[in-house]
Amino acid sequence: MATTLFEKIWNAHVIMERPGGDALLHIDRNFVHEGSFHAFGALAKDGRTVRKPRQNFAVADHYVPTIGRERGIAGAEDADARHMIALLEENCRTNGIAHFGIDDDRQGIVHVIGPELGITQPGLTITCGDSHTSTHGALGAYAFGTGASQLKQILATQCLWMKRPKTLRITVDGALAPSVTGKDVVLAIIANIGTAGATGHVIEFAGAAIRNLTIEGRLTVCNMAIEAGARAGMIAPDDAVYQFLHGREYSPKGADWDVALAQWRLLPTDDGARFDREVTLHGAQLEPMVTWGTSPEEALPVSGRVPDPAALPEADQRAHAKLALAYMDLQPGMPLTDIRIDRAFIGSCTNGRIEDLRAAAAVLKGRKTTIPAWVSPGSTTLKRQAEAEGLDRIFMEAGVEWRASGCSSCAAMNGDTVPAGLRCASTSNRNFEGRQGKGARTHLMSPAMAAAAMITGRITDVRKLFSFPLPHPSPSPIGRGIEGEGGFKTRKQNQ
Amino acid sequence: MKPFTTLTAVAAPFDMANIDTDRIIPVRFLRKLRSSKAGYDPYLFHDMRFDAEGREKPGFVLNQPAWRRAGILVTGANFGCGSSREGAVYALLDSGIRAVIAPSFGDIHYANELQNGMLPVTLPEEICRGLRDQLQARPGATLTIDLPAQTVTDTLGDTHPFMIDPIYKERLLQGLDDIGLVLAQLPAIEDFENQYHNDQPWLA
Repeated sequence: MATTLFEKIWNAHVIMERPGGDALLHIDRNFVHEGSFHAFGALAKDGRTVRKPRQNFAVADHYVPTIGRERGIAGAEDADARHMIALLEENCRTNGIAHFGIDDDRQGIVHVIGPELGITQPGLTITCGDSHTSTHGALGAYAFGTGASQLKQILATQCLWMKRPKTLRITVDGALAPSVTGKDVVLAIIANIGTAGATGHVIEFAGAAIRNLTIEGRLTVCNMAIEAGARAGMIAPDDAVYQFLHGREYSPKGADWDVALAQWRLLPTDDGARFDREVTLHGAQLEPMVTWGTSPEEALPVSGRVPDPAALPEADQRAHAKLALAYMDLQPGMPLTDIRIDRAFIGSCTNGRIEDLRAAAAVLKGRKTTIPAWVSPGSTTLKRQAEAEGLDRIFMEAGVEWRASGCSSCAAMNGDTVPAGLRCASTSNRNFEGRQGKGARTHLMSPAMAAAAMITGRITDVRKLFSFPLPHPSPSPIGRGIEGEGGFKTRKQNQ
Repeated sequence: MKPFTTLTAVAAPFDMANIDTDRIIPVRFLRKLRSSKAGYDPYLFHDMRFDAEGREKPGFVLNQPAWRRAGILVTGANFGCGSSREGAVYALLDSGIRAVIAPSFGDIHYANELQNGMLPVTLPEEICRGLRDQLQARPGATLTIDLPAQTVTDTLGDTHPFMIDPIYKERLLQGLDDIGLVLAQLPAIEDFENQYHNDQPWLA
């Protein structure tokens, strides 16, 4: 029978099933970070230990400072944060878990280092107590976030009882225009199906525009699957993935590599396999995207205008948009490119990879930022790579701070917050109220767009900054689409 | 885990969709231990409940006298979307809220509620709106949730059936811990792992 990528992975990991469709799943890889202390604490309280330490990996990312890192843990000025970083190390030592601590050369954001170290591989089940675990699906894994209780269960048993999710294939066909990135694709998808559009589903992203994304671009797309409510996001593995993984620290070696590769090649969805739902978007219609509101679905092409809440199609959207505009201090009808920007942040598990840093550096080269701005590479390895390429000098000459690696202003747990009332162009994944700091206003966008905003101090179409001829002069309207073929049968909400 | 059977409690109408877990508990409180008597109660909806000086905002639903002791929330769609933080459930529970009624939930938050003996009740949009209207009209009124019967009884005495997976229901009714259930299957788990890692030794 023709089966999907997801079904193949699911079926290979079912230890047993219960009536009603619950399955006990084997978990190949589990990641922990400083925030996992609740789970470790509960485990110790029950007198239990980690059952399969070698299948667990730990990294300090959420609470690490991005400055003063040459001082190691002493550089964490915040006593609470310092305690949590030390507690993770202690929990890992007690339980025999590999730990990439604050001063380890391999330290970085959990969803960046997993693929980078080859811990993430096609066909695996991967968990972490973090919603953006969906990122790892870009290499053809089934990866999903859990809360502390399920994390504790995984630590204690290396399995999880799970209800089988439904499947949704989102096909983005055609070719993307220049300067349209994975970030723009996924923001367009979320604007199209909504933040609850994929609840209860695993998304497989497919189509020419997805296949032609780099590994970095694919990781960005799967990273934000959770912002559409999805249980996980995934993309069929291909030669680009195998090349990416070959020779990495935890990738299979020698004869194991050949066996693994042969298995990986069987993973992609078979022709004729059925999905519970299908949605199609046309890649050529997409533009650089920017969020205007306080939900990732409140996003529009940069050529758009702030919508009038009253004109939105659904009651919930109208109510949410009204609150969002008040919080964001925006007026309906104003062009997005008239919105002034006070801060800019490039980094996070969404857009902190080498391609993202190169794209931002290409925009900033020979130019100056007019606003306070900082870059936090997704990992310490990437930081060194970027420095070897001279990207750090481009940022610093542009007046942009070049910082160390961590979750930084995306989770805003480490003190890298945006002051109340200020507006931040951010390459992260959530524009929720208060996400980047109490009262902070977040506009999500791609790294090149954030770099363009640094230069002009307002939301800017990066293509116009370069005086490129516009490949698609008419703005494509994006709203809640009607499912099925054709895509973009949308209500025009921004005209 | 405390079993959940029936609950009759003051229900607060919270007329908002996409209430994300950053809103339920802002990130700066996640580093706190839950060990004090108040637990995570002081952090629930913190930035909606309190102004910059720490004073209560009188307009917020849970600050109004009728709903201060609410044990049930009735909200808009996609409750608990966003971050996986289980602190959102701790804050709800420690404030005395044991059930949320909504048209839909974020998947991770839904699982987190179940893991802590909270009941997420999914009812259609129009029924949730009707419940919120009733509760607005009669501030401080109670709703009754009967898990064995899978019904919500509204302020007029009408009952609304809801669906819940039989496994989740059983687990809540008995207050069962998943880890015990899993480890009871240890022989089957070990058989699976031996075979699986024999085929793929690099994953062990």
